[in-house]
Amino acid sequence: MELINPGIGLIFWMSLAFGIVFFILKKFVWPPIIQALNDRERHIEEALQAADIAHEEMKKLKLDNEQLLKDAKEERDAIMTEARKIREKMLEEARVKANQEADRIVESAKERINHERLAAMTDIKNQIAEISIEVAERILREKLTAPKSQQEYIERLLNEKQLN
Amino acid sequence: MKESPFWRFILVLVLTVGTLQVFANEEQATATHETPGEQHAEADFNPGEVIIEHLVDAYEWHIANIGHTHISVPLPVILYDEGQWHFFMSSKFHHGKESYKGFYITHTGMQKGKIVRKAADGTEVKPLDFSFTKNAFAIFVSSAVILLIFLSVARSYKKTKRHAPKGLQSLVEPLIIFIRDEVVKTSIGEKHYLKFLPYLLTVFFFIFLNNVMGLIPIFPFGANITGNLAVTGVLAICTFLTVSFGGNKNYWMHIFNTPGVPWWLKIPIPLMPIIEIVGMLTKPFVLMVRLFANITAGHIIILGFVSLIFVFGKTSLYAGYGMSILSVALSIFMNFLELLVAFIQAYVFTLLSSIFIGMAVEEHAHEEHAHDDHHDSH
Repeated sequence: MELINPGIGLIFWMSLAFGIVFFILKKFVWPPIIQALNDRERHIEEALQAADIAHEEMKKLKLDNEQLLKDAKEERDAIMTEARKIREKMLEEARVKANQEADRIVESAKERINHERLAAMTDIKNQIAEISIEVAERILREKLTAPKSQQEYIERLLNEKQLN
Repeated sequence: MKESPFWRFILVLVLTVGTLQVFANEEQATATHETPGEQHAEADFNPGEVIIEHLVDAYEWHIANIGHTHISVPLPVILYDEGQWHFFMSSKFHHGKESYKGFYITHTGMQKGKIVRKAADGTEVKPLDFSFTKNAFAIFVSSAVILLIFLSVARSYKKTKRHAPKGLQSLVEPLIIFIRDEVVKTSIGEKHYLKFLPYLLTVFFFIFLNNVMGLIPIFPFGANITGNLAVTGVLAICTFLTVSFGGNKNYWMHIFNTPGVPWWLKIPIPLMPIIEIVGMLTKPFVLMVRLFANITAGHIIILGFVSLIFVFGKTSLYAGYGMSILSVALSIFMNFLELLVAFIQAYVFTLLSSIFIGMAVEEHAHEEHAHDDHHDSH
């Protein structure tokens, strides 16, 4: 029975204590706490949004970078291909030119050789002639040492001359 | 994510307070052992009486008996009788055995345990009793604790601002957010919740801390505050007043002129209004009884387990020792359960208060409907 017999005194003290607690908490405690919690939540929300935006931008930037890189690669490839083509062309040209030059050189060498050969032939001919003449002269001188034969030879030569 | 800090908090609370309880219980056990031996002159141990003695309010704070010496804290007695105030300390009663100025603590009848005075015709008259009792004292202690905790927490909020909570702040923050988001906001709605949030937070923490402090059996805690009808009654009345003053036009219309009900239920016999008013009064009554009954029941079970030791001890000393192992184990289990109940009951009280407030401030969709009905009834 005493368990369910509330005392008026306790009701009074409870009301007083709870009233004081409620008043102080309502006045000095809950407003700053609720305010701070709201502020923080809003701040976190904003920070998250900002992070999202930054993330998005980073993504875009990265995409841009990738595009740029891709473009650069393509350009490089193009340039490389072009360069390769040019090199090949140049090589080809050089080869052709070199061939031509070689041909020309060979040709000219051939010509020169021919020329030289001709010259040498002529020289040889001349030398042979000279040698022949000398030989002939020696022979003649040998033959003509005798006045008689000298005479005969002169006569023959004169005859020949006359005949001409 | 919202759940995890909250459960961590509960865990920490259970672990810290739980270990404390083990030692505390043993202390309590020795205390209860002395009490019956002294008061009932070693005759018989009456567990029912001992348990009730621990549950009800008292004019002094009895801590323990050592030998034949009572260790208790005397508390002021304040009486108003026949136009006269009486102030004296409860030690004047000598632990309820003597009378003072004609007042004494009765041990029988309806007013058992209360201060009464013998009237001229021999009947017991109860003066207006504003005594600063054990529970009143405990309420002021716990109020001081609550104020200390929350003023310091509020100060840390001003300091940390947008940064992460620290220390005590991080202990109460999950609870504050839980109450705000899961209880108040969902029951009352975005629009009005801020107006009632301070009251509901106060109620929650007041009940929760008093429940927990009631489980700590060391002076100045351990008083059965939330298991007292006067205390739960005041809290319920506060909710009732909040609902009544916070209620909008629709709420009162719903009570006195319930829409969607045939007119003959309201005129000539106002059947519906009577039912509605009974319903309106039942809500706080239920709040009062639920909290009282749950907390008291928990205390009774724990005390019952402890009493078992002495019941068995009476038959045989060894049975008492044997039982003490089981009893302590069961008491520990009950204390853990009571910690959960301490939270759940605070939560339920707050939740129901929020729901009642939410119903009172709700903007009804069938307002037009009610209007038509109003015309019909004339």
